[in-house]
Amino acid sequence: MATREFRAFAATLLLVDIAGSALGAERFEIGRPATEAEIAAWNIDIDRDGRKLPAGHGSVAHGREVFEAQCASCHGQKGEGDTGEQLAGGQGTLASAKPVKTVGSFWPYAPTLFDYIRRAMPMNAPQSLSDGDVYAVSGYVLYLNGLAVENAVFDAKSLAAIRMPNRDGFVPDPRPDVKP
Amino acid sequence: MSDNDTTIPARRRFLVQSAAAAVGAVAGTAHAEEAAPPGIPDWMRAPGADVGSQTYGTPSRFEAGLTRNVPKGLKQYTSASSRSPLQDLDGILTPNGLFYERHHGGIPDIDPAKHRLLIHGLVERPLILTMEDIRRFPSESHIYFLECSGNPGFEAIKGKTASDLVGLVSCAEWTGVRLATVLREAGLRPEAQWVVAEGADAAALTRSIPLAKCLDDALLVYSQNGERLRPQQGYPLRVLLPGFEGNMNVKWLRRLNVSAEPAYSREETSKYTDLMPDGTARQFTFVMEAKSIITRPSGTQRITAGFHEITGIAWTGRGRIRGVQVTTDGGKTWQEAMLQEPVLNRALTRFRLSWTWDGTPTTIASRAIDETGYVQPSFEDLTAVRGLKSFYHNNAVVPWRIAADGEVANGYA
Repeated sequence: MATREFRAFAATLLLVDIAGSALGAERFEIGRPATEAEIAAWNIDIDRDGRKLPAGHGSVAHGREVFEAQCASCHGQKGEGDTGEQLAGGQGTLASAKPVKTVGSFWPYAPTLFDYIRRAMPMNAPQSLSDGDVYAVSGYVLYLNGLAVENAVFDAKSLAAIRMPNRDGFVPDPRPDVKP
Repeated sequence: MSDNDTTIPARRRFLVQSAAAAVGAVAGTAHAEEAAPPGIPDWMRAPGADVGSQTYGTPSRFEAGLTRNVPKGLKQYTSASSRSPLQDLDGILTPNGLFYERHHGGIPDIDPAKHRLLIHGLVERPLILTMEDIRRFPSESHIYFLECSGNPGFEAIKGKTASDLVGLVSCAEWTGVRLATVLREAGLRPEAQWVVAEGADAAALTRSIPLAKCLDDALLVYSQNGERLRPQQGYPLRVLLPGFEGNMNVKWLRRLNVSAEPAYSREETSKYTDLMPDGTARQFTFVMEAKSIITRPSGTQRITAGFHEITGIAWTGRGRIRGVQVTTDGGKTWQEAMLQEPVLNRALTRFRLSWTWDGTPTTIASRAIDETGYVQPSFEDLTAVRGLKSFYHNNAVVPWRIAADGEVANGYA
């Protein structure tokens, strides 16, 4: 962990500790307990390391079918972008005068791809794809970026194992950074 | 105005009124007697509309031009934004119908009776709350600004009006419950460090909020300027994080997942991160830094030589505005503007400066200084550090160029 990141982290811990002890006192007995089943039905959050990825699997080949049927009309046949964002290409451009931010060039974690596609895509019918279809489409988008082979099959383990090219491309907020 | 006004023939009266309407508030080139209404206008000669003829009041029909600034010709309008008409607004509170919009999956039509908030993750007691439940908690009201992080992008500074340039900021009085109060109800476990908020929209928009902010001034809000949130602002429930970039203030809130780590969701990795010239991207850039803009006179308005009140708005995500300086000579000298009291924490602050324009072309601009001593930078100073590709968090000074004919235009263009 970078020094600055660690300092911010330590400061947060301290704050939470102080607030946490002060917060222990008052409760209003409002609301009802949520059951494990309810939480499981609602919670679709995936972490960056893929530990929360669900069961199921999907192939790049099936991903191509789903993509062409449901994604290509906005994102283009090869993820080149249209009304939807460009998904493929751009690797090596981030430090150039014309950076192209795509899944392959910019996204730091492959499990985030699963998280986002499952919760928000396709834009006209979000949360309509099965987990297997989401694995498949995630895999196909990785394939379009040269990050997966054509006969690959993705599941929780193999998707989490993908190391995205820009994984280490993010830095903490240094602001204020402009002095008068 | 003289008594003779009533004797002006109807046709001429029509011409006079049309001329007055066409001239507008800032221009004022028509002679006063031409613009004056008749001594006893028609609306005094018969009773007006009945009490209750509008059960939910709307602006005068003569203000029909005052609308959100919706960009034309976008590829799609599901994930897009519209801007507040800053140049036509007074004071610091944005009317609810003119509050800026930024949606990622359209505006959901939520029945509050069917809406639930789930709080789970690193909590002692996972909870489900109805809207009635949430309104039972002790409430607070605060005036805070809200600003989209890309207001405007570094390469989108060619707009004509104040709204085109900086219209993704608005300000309202928000009422709700402290997020800390609700988290306390669920009971935080010691490992808790972040709260992942999710909206009930078609984007299921997700952002991670540091726990320190959640336990500080964060609110769960259900009302805005006295009435329930509008659908565009998250009806029936949203997060409000004073001073933090707009999209973190998750609208249509349905779930809070208390966790040890951020979600690293799409909206905090591939979006809302700031790409630097060296190819790295700044992440978790939450605070909106100090900023100001002159809203009058501003782009597309026309002024005449003589007295003008320069006015505008300033704000900072780091607390209160300490001062606003205004230049009327293209940056050679800066004068201290008067701040309208009260100057509120993380709210818009209205500033004013009396000015007499001598008719020679010039450039006017404002720069804000906040209570931390931070000074709003020039575009040159800002981009010298960050380049032109970071898109978000452009808080540069906005210059307005005034031509010899009084036409006010974007000083960047």
